[in-house]
Amino acid sequence: MSTLFFIQFLNGLQLGVLLFLLAAGLTLVFGIMDFVNLAHGSLYMVGAFFCATLTFWTGSFVWAVLLAIPLTALVGLALEMGVIRHLYQRDHLDHVLATFGFILIADTLVHLIWGPEGIAIPLPEYLQGQVQILPGVIFPTFRLVIISCGLLVAFGLYWLIGRTRLGMLIRAGASNRTMVSALGIDIKTLFTAVFALGAVLAGLAGMLIAPITEATIGMGNDIIITAFVVIIVGGIGSMKGAFIGALIIGLIDTLGRSFLDDILKIFIPVNAAETAGPAISSMLIYLIMAGVLAFRPQGLFPPKVR
Amino acid sequence: MLDIQGLKKSFGGVIATDDVTLGVDTGELHAIIGPNGAGKTTLIAQLSGDLTPDAGHVVFNGKDITTVPTHRRSHFGLARSFQITSVFMGLSVIDNVALAVQAHDGHSFRFWQPATTQARLRKPALEVLEKVGLANRAGTIASAMSHGERRQLEIAMALATNPSFLLLDEPMAGMGVEESAAMVTILQGLKGEKTILLVEHDMDAVFALADRISVLVYGRIIATGKPEDIRKNADVRSAYLGEA
Amino acid sequence: MTDTTSAQLNQHLRTPDLFGSASGRIITLVFMVILLCVPLAAHFLGVRLQLVSLDFITRILCLAIAAVSLNLILGFGGMISFGHAAYIGIGAYCVGIPAYHGYESGWLHFPLAIFASAAFALVTGAVSLRTKGVYFIMITMAFAQMGYYFFLSLDEYGGDDGLTIYSRSMFNIINIENKLVLFLVTYACLVASIYAVYRIVNSRFGMVVRGCQSNEARMKALGYNTYAYKLTAYVIAGGMCGLAGALLGNFTTFISPDMMGWSRSGELMFMVILGGTGSLFGPVFGAVTFVFIEELLSTFTTYWALPFGVLLVLSVLFIKGGLNGLIQRGWRRD
Repeated sequence: MSTLFFIQFLNGLQLGVLLFLLAAGLTLVFGIMDFVNLAHGSLYMVGAFFCATLTFWTGSFVWAVLLAIPLTALVGLALEMGVIRHLYQRDHLDHVLATFGFILIADTLVHLIWGPEGIAIPLPEYLQGQVQILPGVIFPTFRLVIISCGLLVAFGLYWLIGRTRLGMLIRAGASNRTMVSALGIDIKTLFTAVFALGAVLAGLAGMLIAPITEATIGMGNDIIITAFVVIIVGGIGSMKGAFIGALIIGLIDTLGRSFLDDILKIFIPVNAAETAGPAISSMLIYLIMAGVLAFRPQGLFPPKVR
Repeated sequence: MLDIQGLKKSFGGVIATDDVTLGVDTGELHAIIGPNGAGKTTLIAQLSGDLTPDAGHVVFNGKDITTVPTHRRSHFGLARSFQITSVFMGLSVIDNVALAVQAHDGHSFRFWQPATTQARLRKPALEVLEKVGLANRAGTIASAMSHGERRQLEIAMALATNPSFLLLDEPMAGMGVEESAAMVTILQGLKGEKTILLVEHDMDAVFALADRISVLVYGRIIATGKPEDIRKNADVRSAYLGEA
Repeated sequence: MTDTTSAQLNQHLRTPDLFGSASGRIITLVFMVILLCVPLAAHFLGVRLQLVSLDFITRILCLAIAAVSLNLILGFGGMISFGHAAYIGIGAYCVGIPAYHGYESGWLHFPLAIFASAAFALVTGAVSLRTKGVYFIMITMAFAQMGYYFFLSLDEYGGDDGLTIYSRSMFNIINIENKLVLFLVTYACLVASIYAVYRIVNSRFGMVVRGCQSNEARMKALGYNTYAYKLTAYVIAGGMCGLAGALLGNFTTFISPDMMGWSRSGELMFMVILGGTGSLFGPVFGAVTFVFIEELLSTFTTYWALPFGVLLVLSVLFIKGGLNGLIQRGWRRD
């Protein structure tokens, strides 16, 4: 039981860091540009498909990831400069409608280019196996890689936002937009850079998960809602909130699905628990979200604005 | 009538309201003046219920309303106008005021009968409009009115809730000389009938209207008194009127 | 106040008219008549064109009811709900699940659909309405997704695969197994929904909800408990959309969690925007236009979603006020 728990804990952690990669971009783009991007999940999908194709071209998953990152950034740049920057001044309703349109476009384009089937991505041998992390606990190597990558990116973002000039501008831009432009900083370029950064993070999440799930059309459309739940729980616009929220949601979702019916069996009859377990665990993160909102409508770590 | 006792509010270390104590007597027109950034807006937000103070009490007619939500304060007889014009732009003038009347005519969970033909809403609304001199504009859509007229409508909506106390947040904001004069006339008509707390930048208007004046600087009340006393007060002159 | 004439009292009584501007009224009426008569004519004359068939139009009418209900909160109340399809799903499952257990009475299905949807709206709305702006959009979306996963997890009722309804709701006075009857019932429900929204938005309650959209801070200062009124509007819209779901479930006789996926909610929202928010018939224009474009494009190409998505982006960038706005404006210019 405790071995299983430990493994599921790691699985939850893995989901958590993926969610963080998605939520980080969402929360950055919202915090700085006040822009709601539903199509963020499409960038996740696009990253996965780039990675798939490049893996076959280069023969190496690692090279594919390294090449797919700038490509995804380019897609983000094009999207931002082509359409999205014209929407910043609009209200949120226009944001969601336009980016909803982008989801349709992205899904169909991927269908046109890569066909309707999912694409499996082969991993190099050294990433395929399993490792023993504790006596009796073995865990797939690649999932550990995902966790480490996610944590690495989290530290990277922490450094970027806390220690660099770009990060300073990002922080300033999130709390006071007019001030930043008054300082003579090219706010347009800053926005574009931030959007591209968000795109890369989402794309990276897609690349990391694709070897496990395959790259499939619409793969981003469900996980993006979970990422929304993450930033709602964490507090929209807060990077710390995105990180902690992602880990909480990832762990609760994974552990709930594995253990909730067992826990319920202690309290209610077995067959009732077997019906109620999946139903409740599928709703668990939303119930958590509702619970958080009931007490803290601004999320756990609301950003300090004004 | 309104007792503000030791009100404190700070935002992340910045003290916006610093131990403000102030009493407004029934029937009085009490004005609050102060330079920009003195904390007038924050003070009003605490009186109207938009912000909860960190410490202190707001007592209205003997009732502690410090934590009473905004919408309930209106039913105690406390009405306010907004510094930034807050009228319903898409509605006609009379509909704006009728909506204010409706707020105090029982609950509004009435789903079927048209509201815009009900004489019991429109008649009082029109009476208020006459009081502020907007009766001939009753049918105009609010967005089509001039700034000065909207300010008048702003007052009319506050009056239509039949308040005993009016909290007026810079009613002259952005007005020209003539428009200000018209507003002074309106406020003079209300004086005595309603208790009024007036926050205003327009010194001529304040000294013409107020029974008493309080001066707010850096979140503190530095002086309270009759207009002529305030005019003479050395502290006020140095801190506020910029005279040495 | 002796000189108050009734003429003065009755100034400006026209927000919002049932049909919009005087000239827009003609277009609206003609449009509604076409929506009724063309499919009927096609049915009786035996025209086999999909776009005018009873089936096709019945589906549009169901979606139109859903869009009308969404417009009540989105267009008149300013509440941007991105989870409205949840009520369609709940309404449909309120037909499917009792039918699966052998309870086939429509007198059970329809009240249950409306009640369950309203109850879901009450609970989720009570939480969502504590927040504002983008939070509200995302939270309504998340709650709808919760409903989606809930029905997905119910293996007993088909889960992912959906649930087939073998017998439509039974009524002792009418037989909606007959598609002509179902069409007429749906049409009547649509007209009734529009009329109900018309009465509601002009009532005291409706004035309050519209006031909240225009300036909520002012409404609070006037003494309105805006939360209670907005929540009530949210519940009414949910119930009305539950009705649409029950009709749609009866029409398709097959229900699945996909009916409440978030892209469905997005489509409903687009219908309302396309038609013009805050106009009574706008959502109907929007629903008809949306489904027609979707259908036409999908006959030309399997990649219909591509031009459709482009259209969506372009319409957000360039059309203001929706189709209804275009109609009303275009007519006035003459």
